[in-house]
Amino acid sequence: MGAQQRVFKQKIRSTSSLRKIFKAMELIAASRIQKAIARSQAAGPYANALTRAVSAVASESNVDHVLTTEPESVTRAAVLVMGPDRGFAGAYSANLLREAEELIRLLRSEGKDVSLFTVGGKAKNYYTFRDRPIEESWTGISETPSPEVAREIGEALLKDFTAESGDGGVDEIYIVFTKFVSSVKHDPEYRRLLPLEVVDADEAATTGGQAESKTDAAAFPLYEFEPSAEAVLDALLPRYIDSRILSALLSASASEQASRQAAMKTATDNADDLIKTYTRLANTARQAEITQELTEIVGGADALAASSAGD
Amino acid sequence: MAVLDVNVVAADRQIWVGEAKRVIARTMDGEIGILPGHEPVLGVVADGEARILTTDEKTIRVQADGGFLSVENDRVIIAADQAELL
Repeated sequence: MGAQQRVFKQKIRSTSSLRKIFKAMELIAASRIQKAIARSQAAGPYANALTRAVSAVASESNVDHVLTTEPESVTRAAVLVMGPDRGFAGAYSANLLREAEELIRLLRSEGKDVSLFTVGGKAKNYYTFRDRPIEESWTGISETPSPEVAREIGEALLKDFTAESGDGGVDEIYIVFTKFVSSVKHDPEYRRLLPLEVVDADEAATTGGQAESKTDAAAFPLYEFEPSAEAVLDALLPRYIDSRILSALLSASASEQASRQAAMKTATDNADDLIKTYTRLANTARQAEITQELTEIVGGADALAASSAGD
Repeated sequence: MAVLDVNVVAADRQIWVGEAKRVIARTMDGEIGILPGHEPVLGVVADGEARILTTDEKTIRVQADGGFLSVENDRVIIAADQAELL
């Protein structure tokens, strides 16, 4: 076998083994999207119940709560960036980080200091590489976010929110995540988490990436509060925040898997194309070699015949 | 006879949905019993057990840790941070 043929065969072999990896990752991502969507939907009833209850308390009573009052002046804002832990997801983390940068620029232009919180290794690396301080980061949870982690994040954010501006407290909290619309459509977007604007069930449902929602949120009955409206609000609001964080995390994880599947599908297709091209080239090389050998044999025979005829 | 439409949810999943005659839950002030026609209530649930007497006379027991309870128009929602059927 000629040298050129060997080169092409080697390239075909390595591309095929890469292709196997891409294909496997595509299939894994595809099965995980379904799981992520199921988790997102399973968390839906709780989120809906909470949203409805919070809206009910907020509309019923004239209770002022620290989490819902707009501060007079905002000097510091916290941004929670929900990124992936692993790459291989195409432009997923690039798009998300671009959205985060945009938000940060916007906040800075309004004269606010920004403190960063990140979820996922990719977002963390992005900022540490650029020497930007990160207040707190959570890694290893982007693919399987649990209510416990959401609570932990919620507590950390709330602690900063309730602290005074002087000692590291923030006046606003934003989250940046990728909203899962369908497995081919997921858009990075940011929302303000605190101070709370209580959204109706419709919007909360879209955050959670699920279609079902209750629209009868407008008419609330006159509730009796146990033990008191303040206590109920105190108990509900942190949970509402945790639940918003959880649904954003779940939506982000579904988007991540969907992006990964799409990216791996493209990689598999490209590997197929490469294999095809190299096979063609290898065939051409083999044919050229055969032609060359034939020419040499015929040429040699001719030369022999000519020399024997000359005797 | 009127029945209660009961929905028990935990943070990450739905625990139990169904119709019931009576629901007893533990709030911060003590146990609260809910029968059809109860006035609307929003209460904070303390850690403990909720008992649901279903329409077919079975008792469902749910361990609910933290969360809240809402009652309106015979719809009862128990949303707990963590919950499981006992």
